[in-house]
Amino acid sequence: MADVEFHDREIMNDVPLEGDITVPGLKTQYEDQEISTLDEPVRETIMRDVKAVGTKFWHVLYPKQSSSLLKEWDLWGPLILCVFLAMMLQGSTEELNKMRDGGPQFAEVFVIYWVGAVIVTLNIKLLGGNISFFQSICVLGYCVCPLAISLIICRIILIASQTTALFVVRFIIVVIAFGWSTFASTAFLTDCHPPNRKALAIYPIFLFYFVISWLIISHTHS
Amino acid sequence: MADTSNSWSSQQGMNQSAVINLSDVGEMEIVNDEGDQSDYETGFADSPKQDKNGKGVQEEARQRIGQHVTEMFWNAGKQQAKKAWSLYGNIDILRPYFNVEPHEVRARLLMSLIPQKPTNERQRVYRELYGPLMVIFTLIALLLFQMKTAEHKVEEGTLMGTAFGVCFTYWFGAAALVWFLAYVCNTRIAMLQILSMMGYSLVGHCLVLFLGTLIHTSHDHLFFYLLWAVIGGISALKMVCIVVSRTHGQSQRLIVCGAIVTLHLLFLLYLHFAYHQIVEDLSDTFNSDLQLKIEPANLQNKDVNEAVKKVTFSALHGAKQLVNSPAAEGLHKVVSKSVAGDIKHVVADQKAMLMGNQTKF
Repeated sequence: MADVEFHDREIMNDVPLEGDITVPGLKTQYEDQEISTLDEPVRETIMRDVKAVGTKFWHVLYPKQSSSLLKEWDLWGPLILCVFLAMMLQGSTEELNKMRDGGPQFAEVFVIYWVGAVIVTLNIKLLGGNISFFQSICVLGYCVCPLAISLIICRIILIASQTTALFVVRFIIVVIAFGWSTFASTAFLTDCHPPNRKALAIYPIFLFYFVISWLIISHTHS
Repeated sequence: MADTSNSWSSQQGMNQSAVINLSDVGEMEIVNDEGDQSDYETGFADSPKQDKNGKGVQEEARQRIGQHVTEMFWNAGKQQAKKAWSLYGNIDILRPYFNVEPHEVRARLLMSLIPQKPTNERQRVYRELYGPLMVIFTLIALLLFQMKTAEHKVEEGTLMGTAFGVCFTYWFGAAALVWFLAYVCNTRIAMLQILSMMGYSLVGHCLVLFLGTLIHTSHDHLFFYLLWAVIGGISALKMVCIVVSRTHGQSQRLIVCGAIVTLHLLFLLYLHFAYHQIVEDLSDTFNSDLQLKIEPANLQNKDVNEAVKKVTFSALHGAKQLVNSPAAEGLHKVVSKSVAGDIKHVVADQKAMLMGNQTKF
């Protein structure tokens, strides 16, 4: 409550200050002195954010103990990955859509992704880990990246006619990606777990990635 | 109400920066309004005292209504934020129930399948929710797996939603019912203990469903019934032992234990058959298809057989008449043997082809 009131007062006090910015004489000086993100081209702003998201993807693919995923969290990466997975896993052909009454798969993947991440996060918090809610969701979301890559490979393999050998290949790829995802997320979150309860915190993460990887491997029609 | 007074003062301050030396707020507003449209000086000059009675009252009322509305919205928003905050803060209330060590969870999972003989001493039930929750999430994952392999279709909602709904409804619903019965029958057990106990007992369900989906052997469900009786029975017995040790009186024990066992075992049956049925249906239709396709093939074979027999018979008859010698008898035997062998080969080949097609399906 206290900080809400404080916030409000701040806004109210800011009102006359806002008028000062528009004073004509000051404007040019302001522009010259400070590096302001207000005036930069939109392209630069977007590129900077895209770069930040890209480096986070790289951190996931090459997991070493790095705190950048934790400190500067964003939800862009998870959102992109989630929509990508949901779209790729949806039955694409007309016949399949007719057969499955429109296919609830998009919603299914979406719900599994976000609800799963929320459950895992709440579990970590309940076990006494010190991490903020969105930090954990960011890490869990970004760590789906290896699985997304394995999905792309699987879709490419699915173009060819299916044999047992190809299924084994797909299986191995998905299992590797699953291990990778789990390993990366535990590497990032390892400091936040209470030290003696790591197994308890890792089990839901394991289950979460297991369900996603199983969705990928059970997706057989191209 | 510090907020409103604050906004008031700031508003006043703003106005004072625009129009100097006016203390009446209502009048100031009018001046400001007009001043925005036209020149400053004229606005100041044109503000007559008579406006203060007509326009001024209206303006004041409008302002007050505006204030009230903003206040209302502010309060509503504040309450919403408070609610969300308290919900998030409530996590701390749940925290004691998650205070377990990995080895404790492992031991409890194992113990849920090992019933202990009830004595006069009360058996311990833990107030813990981590294990039950994880067991239920595992069960949900297994159900999803089963539904997918059974091509289960859900008309509205998702598979995930159905699995979630079924598992959590059972957990809370059954626990509430058992709690009510326990309350009526004077069993010394708390709601949280019931939740924990029933949650841990679902380990048996997980095992049975996992094995039943993995080793789906035949149509007679013998394997499943065996698992159902043994593993489901063991975990039900465990709960029965706990309840018996905490209840006095035979009929009370019977009621609570009967309810628990029925719910527990029926839920397992439901989980197996509700989402497994379709696999059987599929294999049934598949089998009947196979038979339908083989029967016409057999008929065809018979036709061919008879035709060939007729031809060979007439040919042999003709040959007999022509030659009319004992050598013809030997020829007859040789030819009929070879023809029969050929027919057998053809029939076997056709069957093999048909079987191959079926397996491709």
